[in-house]
Amino acid sequence: MTSRNRQRPACGRRAVMLGATLAALLLPATLSAAETLTLYSGQHEQTVDQLVEAFQKQTGIVVKVHSGEGPELANQLLTEGTASAADVYFTENSPELQLLAEHGLLAPVDAATLAQVPARFNSPQGQWLGVLARQNVLAYNEAKLEAASLPTSVLDLAALAWKGRVGIAPSDGDFLPLVSAVIAVKGEDGALAWLRGLQHNAQNFDDDEGVVAAVDRGAVATGIVNNYYWERLREQNGAHGMHSAIHEFAPGDVGALVNVSGAAVLKTSRHKGAAQRFLAFLVSAPTQAALGRSNITFEYPLRPGVAANPALTPLARLSPPEIGWDKLGDDSQAVALLRKAGLL
Amino acid sequence: MRPPPHAGLLLAACIGPLLVLVPILTILFEAVRIAPADASDLLFRPLVGQLLDNTVTLVAASTVSAALVGTAAAWCVERTRLPGRRAWAVLVAVPLAIPPFVTSYAWVSLSNDLQDFGGALLVVTSAYYPLVYLPVAATLRGMDPALEETARALGCSPARCFWRVVLPQLRPSLLGGMLLVALNALVEFGAFSLLRYRTFTTEIYAEYRTGFAGPGAALLAAVLVVGCLALLAGEAILRGRTRYARVGRFTRRPATLLRLGWTLAPVLAGLSLLVALTIGVPVGMVLYWLTQPGSAASSPVTATLAGLLSATFASVGFGLAAAGLTVALAIPLGFLAARHPGRAVMALERTSFLAQGVPGIVVALALVSIAVQVLRPLYQSAGLLVVAYAILFLPLALVGVRAAFAQAQRGLDEAARSLGLAWPEVFRRVLLPVAGPGLGAAAALVFVSTVTELTTTLLLSPIGTRTLATEVWVDTSTLAFAAAAPYAALMVTLSLLSTWLLVRRFGAGVAA
Repeated sequence: MTSRNRQRPACGRRAVMLGATLAALLLPATLSAAETLTLYSGQHEQTVDQLVEAFQKQTGIVVKVHSGEGPELANQLLTEGTASAADVYFTENSPELQLLAEHGLLAPVDAATLAQVPARFNSPQGQWLGVLARQNVLAYNEAKLEAASLPTSVLDLAALAWKGRVGIAPSDGDFLPLVSAVIAVKGEDGALAWLRGLQHNAQNFDDDEGVVAAVDRGAVATGIVNNYYWERLREQNGAHGMHSAIHEFAPGDVGALVNVSGAAVLKTSRHKGAAQRFLAFLVSAPTQAALGRSNITFEYPLRPGVAANPALTPLARLSPPEIGWDKLGDDSQAVALLRKAGLL
Repeated sequence: MRPPPHAGLLLAACIGPLLVLVPILTILFEAVRIAPADASDLLFRPLVGQLLDNTVTLVAASTVSAALVGTAAAWCVERTRLPGRRAWAVLVAVPLAIPPFVTSYAWVSLSNDLQDFGGALLVVTSAYYPLVYLPVAATLRGMDPALEETARALGCSPARCFWRVVLPQLRPSLLGGMLLVALNALVEFGAFSLLRYRTFTTEIYAEYRTGFAGPGAALLAAVLVVGCLALLAGEAILRGRTRYARVGRFTRRPATLLRLGWTLAPVLAGLSLLVALTIGVPVGMVLYWLTQPGSAASSPVTATLAGLLSATFASVGFGLAAAGLTVALAIPLGFLAARHPGRAVMALERTSFLAQGVPGIVVALALVSIAVQVLRPLYQSAGLLVVAYAILFLPLALVGVRAAFAQAQRGLDEAARSLGLAWPEVFRRVLLPVAGPGLGAAAALVFVSTVTELTTTLLLSPIGTRTLATEVWVDTSTLAFAAAAPYAALMVTLSLLSTWLLVRRFGAGVAA
């Protein structure tokens, strides 16, 4: 099926045929569609599945999804370079998009689409589009800690008093922007000292889902997560089944960072029209309203006038630190520091 | 006088071993290509020390505990008047058919406290102790009881007799089994990741998630490969020595079974506990979660009938394709090994067995690098994943294929040849009917291994393809246990069913 949808160099035809024969045997039948988009997605699969289904229904364009962790996909796109199959990249955090923009892999987003979202949530150069946002918070186990004893700043968690009482997911794509933000605020040395403290104090998990679940069952007292992981766990357990709560860091604290989930069109896409349509669809009023209502994402829709899930603190009431997308970097500095500190 | 092997056959026999070398050389090459300063930064960071510590501790501990459990179980089943011995013999081997990451999922979802080292040790031991049990039980069965009886008659106590007479004879199979456990613990990924126990494999995956197939992943992978190959070399040396330890094939009778007397109750309780922990918990927990409702919010993959069907279809499809390709690659080499054993053939065979020491995550990483840089058309194709399976499971197929051809009498195909049949005809009309069942068994083994394989599938699945294993993984790694259950149930059923058919049809020996 790959050979029908894409232009392939002639030299690899036989290999493609072999692959295609196997693929035809194995893949679900999506052959009949006129146009196909390939989406590299670091967003949650539940959310993407729903979006893709709605888009397909609306436009008739079939979307093939390749899911992975945001930074993994960004680096994959870098490695694949011009021959990538990807048309659209949709991910949870801005640094991954910045990385691709730096390497000149992104096509400009249609101005009309960018205009649907406040400019501060988009790439300053118009290379990527902000779609959803979330807040960094501290989840804590109510049986293990009093709300009053919780720190006002995420930086406090590196103090000795928190030894063994912090859960983090250093290899989760959501943790890297927070590290980048600390670098932006405290400088590299300050950030390294903070990370070393965390390395001493923290229990490491693979992802934020693991952190929030561990906090809720009391395996660790607190955990640095994005807010929606906790909401999702509550959705699963029911409000009465929760043993944990959310603590917001002080206004303006670096820990109150808001992560933006964004999308971009690849410069090498062979279906740019459809790809731009997909981006416009993501920030269209009905899609954003549905995302706001959804009990699956619990992220803030960025289109003005669209209400977020009532379970969340309204977006307007959040006071994240003032750090520009350019300053937040592309994760590379964050990864280097995490390695230095022994967390990666 | 042996006729020299057909040149075409020899050439065909080279394909498999060459494929096995590809990931090893790629990873080593990638690791060497990293600038020395970067490499030392990556290699001598604090985490690597911790990983080394974690990995070595776990490998050592699980090897010892699997040896104890496996040997004890084998002794009870083979040497005592245990009620229902035959049933026990099957039950004790069954855990091998349950993928460790499902066992891990069961334990993690059963108790919150099972994390880290304790949980990892429990899961690895319960998943892999049959690797000790099977060879040790086989040796116990084949041992000549005369030696033990003589020792007893000369006044040895039963314990002393076990220590001084039985154990030395068990040593080759026991050590061989222990090395297999060590190797499997070293390359295990899914189970540890769920238990949050960090080893080289979980960290390679973490590197992959933060940087795709970058230098960090390649370097850790190279370290892991070197460790695995060292273990493998240890096993090869050991296997070489077993020849001297083997007891001659004089007439012997089966050993007299020990009356258990008052120890019957504790032995039965122990075996029941073992079966409850290793089969009861995984199967029970999957069944439990099948009855629980899941929420779409935290279940990446909610089980729909269509999703289940397409994942099953994908898993079975990959299993069949992998079984076909792997056995096809193993046939020329297996045939030569059975009919023309010589230096060249032995070298090819040994090269193929190197695959046992290459973790799935390394094969996947290497193939991604090669495909993305050189073999672009194969990149993200189902074909590449099937090739990866063939590399991983070639040793498994080779053992079965060689045994199958060894059973077919040489005279048969020579007669057919002299009567004027061409080679393809000889193969189709003479060899295949005779060696067929053995080839089928090899294919079935590859099929089971493919269906339950996780790591390679995770990294190499074509865009849009989800298999049972990856669906279980996506759900369990985000702790959506209920959503994972139907996929896990289907996968374990497929695995148990194929293993059962395999054992029924070809005898218990094949499963080893």
